[in-house]
Amino acid sequence: MKFWRIPLDTRGIVVSKGEVHIIEDRCKGCGYCIEYCPRNVLGPSERFNAKGYHPPAVKQPELCVNCHYCEAICPDFAIYSLGTTAQRPSVLPIH
Amino acid sequence: MSSMPKHPLDSLLRTDRIPHIWCPGCGIGTVFSSTLIAMKSSGVDLTKTALVSGIGCSGRGAGYVKLDSYHTTHGRAIPFATGMKLANPELTVVIFSGDGDLFAIGGNHFLHAARRNMDLTVICVNNFNYGMTGGQAAATTPQMAMTTTTPLGNPEPPFNLPLLAYASGATYVARWTMLHTRDLTRSIEEALGRRGFSFIEVLAPCPTGYGRRNRQKPIESLKLYQEKAIVRNGANPAEVTLDFKQGITLGKFVEYDRPTFSESYDRICRPLAS
Amino acid sequence: MKPAVLTGEHFFNGDAACAEGAIVAGCRFFAGYPITPATEIAEHLARRLPEVGGLFIQMEDEIAAMAAILGASCAGAKSMTATSGPGFSLMMENLGLGIVLEAPCVVVDVQRAGPSTGLPTQCAQGDMMQARWGSHGHYEIIALAPASPQEFFFQTVTAFNLSETYRLPVLIMADEVVGHLSERVVIPELSRMEIQSRPRPKGRKDRFKPFQPSLNGVAPMAHAGEGYMVHLTGLTHDERGYPSMNAQAHSEMVSRITEKIRRNLDKIIQVQRYRLEDADVALISYGISSRSSLAAVDEAREQGIKAGLLRLVTVWPFPEDAIRELAKQVKCLITVELNLGQIHLEVQRCAGGMAPAFLVGHAGGTIITPAQIVEKIAEVHNLV
Repeated sequence: MKFWRIPLDTRGIVVSKGEVHIIEDRCKGCGYCIEYCPRNVLGPSERFNAKGYHPPAVKQPELCVNCHYCEAICPDFAIYSLGTTAQRPSVLPIH
Repeated sequence: MSSMPKHPLDSLLRTDRIPHIWCPGCGIGTVFSSTLIAMKSSGVDLTKTALVSGIGCSGRGAGYVKLDSYHTTHGRAIPFATGMKLANPELTVVIFSGDGDLFAIGGNHFLHAARRNMDLTVICVNNFNYGMTGGQAAATTPQMAMTTTTPLGNPEPPFNLPLLAYASGATYVARWTMLHTRDLTRSIEEALGRRGFSFIEVLAPCPTGYGRRNRQKPIESLKLYQEKAIVRNGANPAEVTLDFKQGITLGKFVEYDRPTFSESYDRICRPLAS
Repeated sequence: MKPAVLTGEHFFNGDAACAEGAIVAGCRFFAGYPITPATEIAEHLARRLPEVGGLFIQMEDEIAAMAAILGASCAGAKSMTATSGPGFSLMMENLGLGIVLEAPCVVVDVQRAGPSTGLPTQCAQGDMMQARWGSHGHYEIIALAPASPQEFFFQTVTAFNLSETYRLPVLIMADEVVGHLSERVVIPELSRMEIQSRPRPKGRKDRFKPFQPSLNGVAPMAHAGEGYMVHLTGLTHDERGYPSMNAQAHSEMVSRITEKIRRNLDKIIQVQRYRLEDADVALISYGISSRSSLAAVDEAREQGIKAGLLRLVTVWPFPEDAIRELAKQVKCLITVELNLGQIHLEVQRCAGGMAPAFLVGHAGGTIITPAQIVEKIAEVHNLV
């Protein structure tokens, strides 16, 4: 997200961070998590799981904000996120 | 692998039966997942929660949940659940079943349980066809849709389920899609926490049965839900359109209180304590 | 609350006696639907069940009634429904569910003349084979046949006891006459009657397998809400209750539910013998027809024919051994029933040619009179 000036309440903002875990052998390759992750953390992979599906891969792990949407949308209980240390943004990209 | 953290819902799943039988892209798994999340967050006593289902793909949900679960006959989940709830009023009884099971063969039972305001929560996964048997037309199949028993297009118009539920007397009526996981989870939580007959319709893709024959790849179904959904809480159930071209009305449409069957029975049918 | 056991003498009809028998047995949930001639059972329980802390609900159809009593049973209640022919047909699918869930409950069929709507207010015994095989698939069932309101009372208690002990729906195949006859019914003190309940699990809840049988072939039953987290399904299942869809598992499951009955036949089957010790002609009957048969035996004896009666109290499982023994002893067998030959087929099968088997029967609408039976006795007595 780009700002044209630094918001006045910057110091109070805490951004949650998460770590995505994929249970590969449960995945059926539907692609919902990849499509609907709001941060584009996930992407398709070339790997095969035991049933021959392509599970997702974590492409940009640092962008995960632990929103749990992949966990919520997955029909197969194959993906979930766990919270890691929340971060305060010290540097914001200014336009 | 014991050091690997488990999926947060594993405690509510019969993990020895996972992966489940639902197809890749099937929406039932997501609705099921939202239901389990809601059960945990609602605070109901899970040892006293029973899940009852009928026959069909959605009906298989009972087999995967680690609760007292009952996979009954086609269309008869609701009367079975009625008997269960009345025999032990302390139970929280949830019905998790599909549109064909609940509204075609099971239609009569739905009407009466709603009329009685039985203290039950009914989660209806609406995938617009009979998926388990290969994709036949159901009472919710849109007109003109292709199914195996309507190879030239469905001549029949579908039910408006929220209107049916409301007209029969359901005291909580909501419709979501499996894409709207948070709204769905919140609705299920509300339904679990209240007394009376609660009905939640959830639209879900059936890529193998319905989607394949109606030009809806799984992701396309979800995109349709996203684009066409209009959330109108409190809308008149008679006006909640479900049209993949014109719009899908979602929301919590009805919520009010009236005496449940048990409350009325205890008040009227039991003799006064001497 | 009013007393559950109305000890004393009563004068009411079979349907009312059945209702009181259910209450004595511990039934506290009834789900039913009005149908002649069983409606009075529902009406009686609608008033009595709330008086004893139970619950009555009139469901929207018989299919719902059968489903509801199964649900109630799985939640721990002793439950019952009552119907007649058309409703009995509707209940068949869920009867099968009750058999594979192994849910104790009682289903009363107060038989009337069929097929179809038939003669709603008139007597018959035409559902006997349906009682045995009405649901699809292969299974064993227990069915009793009362011949009087007094017996209807006692047999309802027995039916509950059998259903609880062997964990299956038990049928009471009454008929319109027994249901609507008013006679003296004595209800004993509760202490003089045996009431049984389903076996309950012991041991760790997380290790419990809902369909692992005990020594007598019956698995202990856990109810919903007790923390056992059972999964029960109508699909073929293994001992954990999980669907197990292969021929081997199916064979095991069907064996389990049939063997628990077949290996306990001596404890389940009841017959009554009347003047059979030296009989030449044996009548075999049940229900209201056995009352006429009783009179016919005495009349035949007065005419010099050595007749006797084997009254089937339990019709299913069929008392095969009793019939075989009888066929060796007597010169001929006559089945007396209000149909065109259903239990007669079983009698013929078990007689195995050792004695000829005849039938006195008609399609229903009225009872078989003693005179009709005596006529047949005289006729066949001359032949053999």
